[in-house]
Amino acid sequence: MSVAHLIKSFTLWEFVKAHALTLKYFFKPKATINYPFEKNPISPRFRGEHALRRYPNGEERCIACKLCEAVCPAQAITIESEPREDGSRRTTRYDIDMTKCIYCGFCQEACPVDAIVEGPNFEYATETREELLYDKAKLLANGDKWERAIAANLEADAPYR
Amino acid sequence: MTAFFQSLGMNYEWAWFVATVAGILLIALPLMLAVAMIIYVDRKVWAAIALRRGPNVVGPFGLLQSFADGLKVFLQETIIPSAANKGLFLIAPIVTFTVALLAWAVIPFGPEAVLADINIGLLYVLAISSLGVYGVVVSGWASNSKYPFFSAMRAAAQMISYEVSIGFLLVCVILWAGTSNMNGIIEAQRGHGLGIVNGFFFNPLLFPIWVMFLISALAETARAPFDLTEAESELVAGYQTEYSSMSFALFWLGEYANVLLMCALNAILFFGGWLPPLNVDLIPWFDIPGWIWLFAKIFMFFFIFSWVKATVPRFRYDQLMRLGWKVFLPLSLLFIVLVSGWLMLTRYGVAA
Repeated sequence: MSVAHLIKSFTLWEFVKAHALTLKYFFKPKATINYPFEKNPISPRFRGEHALRRYPNGEERCIACKLCEAVCPAQAITIESEPREDGSRRTTRYDIDMTKCIYCGFCQEACPVDAIVEGPNFEYATETREELLYDKAKLLANGDKWERAIAANLEADAPYR
Repeated sequence: MTAFFQSLGMNYEWAWFVATVAGILLIALPLMLAVAMIIYVDRKVWAAIALRRGPNVVGPFGLLQSFADGLKVFLQETIIPSAANKGLFLIAPIVTFTVALLAWAVIPFGPEAVLADINIGLLYVLAISSLGVYGVVVSGWASNSKYPFFSAMRAAAQMISYEVSIGFLLVCVILWAGTSNMNGIIEAQRGHGLGIVNGFFFNPLLFPIWVMFLISALAETARAPFDLTEAESELVAGYQTEYSSMSFALFWLGEYANVLLMCALNAILFFGGWLPPLNVDLIPWFDIPGWIWLFAKIFMFFFIFSWVKATVPRFRYDQLMRLGWKVFLPLSLLFIVLVSGWLMLTRYGVAA
């Protein structure tokens, strides 16, 4: 044991140095944001909560082609369809089990009419599991609620597609 | 205070009784409030060093976070494991909490503001803080669960080993002050450093003792780097694992009251307690009431405790024992020899 080592260990030199370092960190700006009041920007491609969109005239976009159901790797989507009175093919049931969904985004990639999309919302925690079994009404309501943000995101991302 | 209650027309016995109860409440209730705030400060300091924000939602700047946590814990169900020894299981947190409060009886908040101004003040603190082991050991044993039991064994060994060195370190202070009365020790520090600085830490012979005392205090209260009793990677949550609701809260209150006590002891024994830091009347130092100085010093030491917690990793158990028995014990014995030798030389003459 050298003299320098002895002096270092008896003056707790390494502890003093470590504490000087952490004191410097104490006064540094915070790395975290003030989350519920302050949010990070997210990409237009962000894959959050699902929504079913409508055309501007109020008609639902979904044509019940079931491509999303077919492509879904987690098999979270269940669709049933029937011709409507006017003869167009429409879904009678469009369920997404959000507890199964892996947010891969294949459904929105597969959709030929941009009907099912994953919106920018990621704050939809629920108190019960059942609330996460989304049905068509819930998805359409999401679409109405987030339409402006979703449309802006799609437009921002369009040049790259 | 007895005289005040006597002036209200009580006889001496009743006045003494009421004054004592009032004094206890005057210490215990603000202490509980201080513990709540100090948990908040702990979390804030820890978060700041980790570049996080810490609690900042409940109340202004998150100041009410501890009260929210307390309320949550209070509303929970007390779960008693079916294999636990029910009586001991429930008594253990009460013991921890009560013992943590007991030691505050001799802490002086000012020249007159002390509940029990007894001549063996420091000895009393040592005795009471030794009793704290019982709460831990009993809780670990009564839980009838492996990890709490391991943790209790560790805690018992750790507290006992470091009490030995703390005892020897305090002997040095008592020798220098010539008394173990808390107020006497504080008075002995008036102008100790060249007549200017109040506090034994300025003394080259006592400064290393303060450093050792600070480290032993961390070990004694099982704070990080010595928080092996609740090492979550090994022992779940240590001896508190099986506890819930109020019994859990009592452990926490007791733990932080103990931490505050150790901060107060640091302030009183080495940094002049309720004396202002300097013994010169530059600004009206002495008009500021003593308890404010004591609180400021306790807060400073608590900041150091949190700072240490945020900085150093946990010790290994054999390292902890080695530090206690092979480093601190010989060093503190050496310092007793040095201090008493120096005092013999300077105060009493070599011949005596």
